[in-house]
Amino acid sequence: MLFAPLARAGQFVATFTPLKRLVCFAAVLGLLAMLFMTVKLTGNMNYVLPRRGWMLATMLLVGIAAGVATVLFQTISNNRILTPAVMGFEALFVLIQTSVIFFMGADSSFYSSPLIRFVCESLIMTGFAVLLYRWLFAANTDLHRLLLVGLVFGILFTSLSNLMQRMLMPTEFDVLQGRLFARLTLPHPQLIMISALVVLVVCIIVWRMRYAFDVLALGRDAATGLGLNYRKTVTRILLLIAVLVSVSTALIGPLTFLGFMAAILAYQLAGSYQHRFVLPAAAILGVCFLAGGQLILEHVLSMAGALTVVIEFIGGSLFLLLLLKRGRL
Amino acid sequence: MIEVSQLNKFYGNKQVIKDVSFTLSAGGITSIIGPNGAGKSTLLSLISRLLPADSGSVRVDGMNVATTPGPQLAKRLSVLRQENHFVSRLTVKDLVSFGRYPYSQGRLTVEDHEKVNAAMAFLDLQVLQHRFLDQLSGGQRQRAFVAMVLCQETDYVLLDEPLNNLDMQHSVAMMKQIRRAADELQRTVVLVIHDINFAAAYSDRILAMKNGQLIFDGSPQTIMTPQVLEQVFNLPVQIEQINGQPVAVYYR
Repeated sequence: MLFAPLARAGQFVATFTPLKRLVCFAAVLGLLAMLFMTVKLTGNMNYVLPRRGWMLATMLLVGIAAGVATVLFQTISNNRILTPAVMGFEALFVLIQTSVIFFMGADSSFYSSPLIRFVCESLIMTGFAVLLYRWLFAANTDLHRLLLVGLVFGILFTSLSNLMQRMLMPTEFDVLQGRLFARLTLPHPQLIMISALVVLVVCIIVWRMRYAFDVLALGRDAATGLGLNYRKTVTRILLLIAVLVSVSTALIGPLTFLGFMAAILAYQLAGSYQHRFVLPAAAILGVCFLAGGQLILEHVLSMAGALTVVIEFIGGSLFLLLLLKRGRL
Repeated sequence: MIEVSQLNKFYGNKQVIKDVSFTLSAGGITSIIGPNGAGKSTLLSLISRLLPADSGSVRVDGMNVATTPGPQLAKRLSVLRQENHFVSRLTVKDLVSFGRYPYSQGRLTVEDHEKVNAAMAFLDLQVLQHRFLDQLSGGQRQRAFVAMVLCQETDYVLLDEPLNNLDMQHSVAMMKQIRRAADELQRTVVLVIHDINFAAAYSDRILAMKNGQLIFDGSPQTIMTPQVLEQVFNLPVQIEQINGQPVAVYYR
């Protein structure tokens, strides 16, 4: 019943060209952004408005990064289920957070500065990805083995984090929990601006390669036959994905399901297989999910919970609905 | 001209291509035949640089396929593999348009659109052009794939089992269309094919492989003899001449 209006809207949108659809998505996003900025606006405007503005900016960056990274990852791995999280990023993020609290304590003055924390996390995570991919690609292995190694890394990192978490003091564990669950209240304006610059640069590179992604989606053999340098292109894309995932994860924490939902919905709704439509659609939908989730969290659930929970609940339901309705991904 | 010299390929410890050398001059249809596991598809993949060779070289019009930049080679040589499963949901026209990628990098010009339409017309796909590939029959889908590689406008077209999963009627239609591509469009076609009678009826030259080696090389008339085919397939084969056409009979 909840999805009936959605389905009707879907049928209406079905008659639109891909470009018109993008305009629709952008309109939805604009509406959500306006709601987010204006609903229940009370208190000191000089404090509330900039605060909401920075939160919106964070959502914009994280949504774009998650959507684009997931679509690109699914394009190079030729499937629509795996996400960068499979490569062990999220687990590494948790491990970094846990190790810091474990080794330096919850109130370490060095690490409590958000800027330093952000730079450290981004560097460690991007560095990890570069090392892993360099090493794996030098060994001339295929993508499936890469994914398998990523999975094993994920399990290793999770186990290490679990071990350390069990040995933490309850108060420190509480601080850790707060950092691990996505909250849009934390980022510092400086961090948001640095991230914005990084995301912008990555997006420009991605946009210039947009037609190559369509060819890459045909698979290794067909792409090679059409003259694409498969290994070089895939390595470059993996690095771009690593940067995007690092930035978004370091900014607000792990949001496993966000990119997945944005990508799946973008394939269904973009009205084209071409990445020049799918990528912007996934980016916009990613932001919509974040803004929508935060609105629900703040005004329906009165902040009782975490954004992750809201997004994964909506995302999970949507995923099951699509799966049941279409019988395939 | 395709020059293959002393080509070797290993999968682990197993040598799947053993010292294969031959030269194909431009024009006509060449079929590669042989039993399962003879290395036919591997050879095709090596020639089309989908797989790297362990030693030896493949030259297409003098260009070494291992070192020539991909985009340059994609204008001279196109390849269609046996299995084609795409994640993207494509229409026939989308698929055929990919054939222009080496020339336009995705931004199709008016000329590209004309060539896409011409390729679809050549394979009678115009009425199907807006259908999705998953809405087509096996024969129609195979035609769409062939249209894509023809649209690539390469002198050399390599096809791995183009008759795979096609019934008699569609197999004949496909072979006739490939023959027309060779004759009317002056393409040099190399096929991997299982049905030796089809190979004999449509090819100008047949290469027979066994255990990774090239064991016979000649015109259909010289390959279609009981001695040669028995040695290739380990099976007693009779050859009948029907309407001047050698036909192998080996079914019982």
